[in-house]
Amino acid sequence: MSTTINDFNAAKNAAKIARTSNGARVDLVLVSQMVTRGAKVLDVGCGDGELLHLLGESRDVDGRGIELSREGVNECVAKGLAVIQGDADTDLGDYPDDAFDYVILSQTLQATRHPRVVLEHMLRIGRHAVVSFPNFGHWTVRLQLLFAGHMPQTDILPYSWYDTPNIHHCTIKDFVQLCNAIGVKIEKAVALNAWGSPLRLNAPWWFWNLFGEQGVFLLSRKN
Amino acid sequence: MVDVQSLPDQIVRDADHPRDSLIAAFGPDKPLKLDAGVALSPFQIAYTTYGTLNAERSNAVMVCHALTGDQYVAQVHPVTRKNGWWETLIGPGKPLDPARYFIICPNVIGGCMGSSGPASTNPKTGTPWGLEFPVVTIRDMVRAQAMLLDHLGIDTLFAVVGGSMGGMQVLQWAASYPQRVFAALPIACATRHSAQNIAFHEVGRQAIMADPDWRGGRYHLEGSNPRRGLAVARMGAHITYLSDAALHRKFGRKFQDRENPTFSFDADFEVESYLRHQGITFVERFDANSYLYLTRAMDYFDLAADAGGTLANAFKGTQTRFCVISFTSDWLFPTSESRATVHALNASSARVSFAEIVTDKGHDAFLLDEPEMFGIVRGFLEGARKARGLTGK
Repeated sequence: MSTTINDFNAAKNAAKIARTSNGARVDLVLVSQMVTRGAKVLDVGCGDGELLHLLGESRDVDGRGIELSREGVNECVAKGLAVIQGDADTDLGDYPDDAFDYVILSQTLQATRHPRVVLEHMLRIGRHAVVSFPNFGHWTVRLQLLFAGHMPQTDILPYSWYDTPNIHHCTIKDFVQLCNAIGVKIEKAVALNAWGSPLRLNAPWWFWNLFGEQGVFLLSRKN
Repeated sequence: MVDVQSLPDQIVRDADHPRDSLIAAFGPDKPLKLDAGVALSPFQIAYTTYGTLNAERSNAVMVCHALTGDQYVAQVHPVTRKNGWWETLIGPGKPLDPARYFIICPNVIGGCMGSSGPASTNPKTGTPWGLEFPVVTIRDMVRAQAMLLDHLGIDTLFAVVGGSMGGMQVLQWAASYPQRVFAALPIACATRHSAQNIAFHEVGRQAIMADPDWRGGRYHLEGSNPRRGLAVARMGAHITYLSDAALHRKFGRKFQDRENPTFSFDADFEVESYLRHQGITFVERFDANSYLYLTRAMDYFDLAADAGGTLANAFKGTQTRFCVISFTSDWLFPTSESRATVHALNASSARVSFAEIVTDKGHDAFLLDEPEMFGIVRGFLEGARKARGLTGK
């Protein structure tokens, strides 16, 4: 299990995810820009702490993290980040309501056992949630299943079907439906193409669902 | 039977006049109010310091020792002549560097290395307190340490660090004096002593009290010393500080200086010989009554009970930064205990880091060379230094 998780973190950091000229991952920069300066933030599945570090440096946030892999946690703590070992599926219930301004789930939703429960907890603990995930509706994924007839493997989904931590794939459209089903307000949504650039803002959902490799959503409670 | 040589009554001398230590004496105007409902007065605390207090008085670090530890944390022990018990962590270039921090390590109240305890002289009688000494708690120890801090003119500690019973004191510091603790490092400990741990302690205490030389705790007065009982208590406890894997790795079933079993009750096995050695060397430097008092203090420790049954309330509104560390093979204070601490801290929105370190060395791992632990302590303290605005080397 831990090997898989470490591979998962390695894949999350893989060079194949586009980076800006100063070396920051494009999706993380985008996530960080959704967070207001000085906010209190919980990063669920924080890996080696790259996003927390970025948020601390660029947005002056009071950041905390939860990470499943022991190696990831120890690396984070040694960097001076406030990170604990824990599981998004089981440990979010321990946090009180409204403990954070933002709860972030970066590239981890598809690896949770109960994505809906996780999302509900995120918006209970935090006033806002930021979720980024690989879009299973991307055209390369569709083509692999349609023409090659096997489970898709892409740069950001590099695993074989029998050895993957990703157990709940979804498309951008699926995610929007989940948000509607649990009464979550989508404050902002961005789809990134394979080069990490945001797609046209005024494009319809079907266009994003086909050409977005990742979805990044800023959510809040409806009332 | 453990063979323990008769020893000089150095223990009684050290209890009043510890060597290589500083003493803070608190007179009748400054009594220590104990949880038992009585006051200890006069009393004294023996302590050591390393490094220099900065002009802002903001770089003080309190190191709390474990059950059988003392103030000789980073210097040669006057009795055993061994190096300080936490020189792996404290020293030049180490995570707790005296060039950066003013490190204070007090002997706990109830101890036997110069802080008032059952082996100290009762000022009313002029003889060792023995069981007349009031029962103390972890909270009493920390209360006394806070008085020491006042005595030193230090308002806020940059950090409080400790493992095992020392970790309990760290958690008590954070609960009792949140505004005086900037960063807390409770290592290999829990917010309460488990039933299993109380049970182990009871076995140790019974071993001491069953020794005829204990004399109802009056052995100092009657010129005896329950060395065998204390040695057995130490042997039993020492097993709980290790792990099955560590014992197997270190000793296996190897014989001690012999090829074959002797078909007797000699120490045939290396592990027996090792434990006997642990027991014998311990009684040279530790007072049996002190062992009773300190194990009792640990047994009574329960932060949740002190906070009305809800652990999170013990840390309500805390601004202290925490770094909780546990070890995979520690079965005395298993990771699940540290995790419960972390959950409570999360529930109080505390800024908490938590790391579990993989090792087969058991509970004692916190005292040993664990590079991963040092990296974590260093990183955590670095982050806290930045937040505290501590500059310099």
